[in-house]
Amino acid sequence: MAAETAKVDPMHQFTIEPLLGANMDVAGFNIAFTNSALWMLITAVVLWVFMLGGMKRELVPGRWQMTVETFTGFIDDMLEANVGKEGRKYVPYIFSLFMFILFANLLGLLPLGIVGLHPFTFTSHFTVTGVLAILSFSIVLIVGFWKHGFHFFSLFVPHGTPLPMIPIIFPIELISFLVRPFSLGLRLFVAMMAGHVLLEVLSSFVIDGWNAGAGFGLLVGVPSFLLMIGICALELLVAAIQAYVFALLSSLYINDAENLH
Amino acid sequence: MDMEAAKLIGAGLAAIGAGMAAIGVGNVFGSFLESALRNPGAADGQQGRLFIGFAAAELLGLLAFVVAMILIFVA
Repeated sequence: MAAETAKVDPMHQFTIEPLLGANMDVAGFNIAFTNSALWMLITAVVLWVFMLGGMKRELVPGRWQMTVETFTGFIDDMLEANVGKEGRKYVPYIFSLFMFILFANLLGLLPLGIVGLHPFTFTSHFTVTGVLAILSFSIVLIVGFWKHGFHFFSLFVPHGTPLPMIPIIFPIELISFLVRPFSLGLRLFVAMMAGHVLLEVLSSFVIDGWNAGAGFGLLVGVPSFLLMIGICALELLVAAIQAYVFALLSSLYINDAENLH
Repeated sequence: MDMEAAKLIGAGLAAIGAGMAAIGVGNVFGSFLESALRNPGAADGQQGRLFIGFAAAELLGLLAFVVAMILIFVA
């Protein structure tokens, strides 16, 4: 393991630690309340409070209600543009997905390390993003087979495919369809993990630079710190973009199930 | 060659993939901006497609990162 030699271990921040009931086992599986679960709970509570403040349904919306309505309108427009009129019924699901991922990404970036707390970005774990992706994928499968029956398989043969090409096109389309949940979950998990590793590596440059003396501190530490500030801004952008991309791709896949090609 | 050294060289080579994805993502946004300046009226309607292209180009770079991480920490 190469990581053990480094002074600042960039992967340490992703360690899952049990907080409560470390020895609780159900059917051989440990069900301890971990820091990952804690931050999921925090995200859910923050999201709940955020929505509660905006759902007063005042005739003249205040700032808070405007913010919430901007988000719901945004998701509503996205589904209307990508799926059409029938897409409206997926607004609750896509909206929850988008807001949950967005809040998780942003809460994981909070600079709570200053006061000694350690924010944990649970979207940087494939177990979490994979389950979210499987959720989207199973909605696609269920809706597709429910609505179109076995006609759903025509999704794998695009319109106007010449007959001799079908044996080749069908497996390719099938594989590209089956790979979707992996690529969906992988994208979010890697983007979040890469950003956090990058910040950790840059912070190790700052710390090791200043530890090596004032000369190295000025030469390496200060530019790294300035870069870190820029990367932090970039990470805020990535947090929003990845939540948006996850919701956008989910709605595109739902479009496939809803309207075939 | 030492196994550990080979892994680290492989992880370094995987960084080429990340750089290539940077070219791809830059291409996506660059082309979008180029055509958006020609016809600003049509630009807003294409934002969904812009992000689909971005996501597709970015995924391959992220896969290169995964390969590097697997080589360093798992393999």
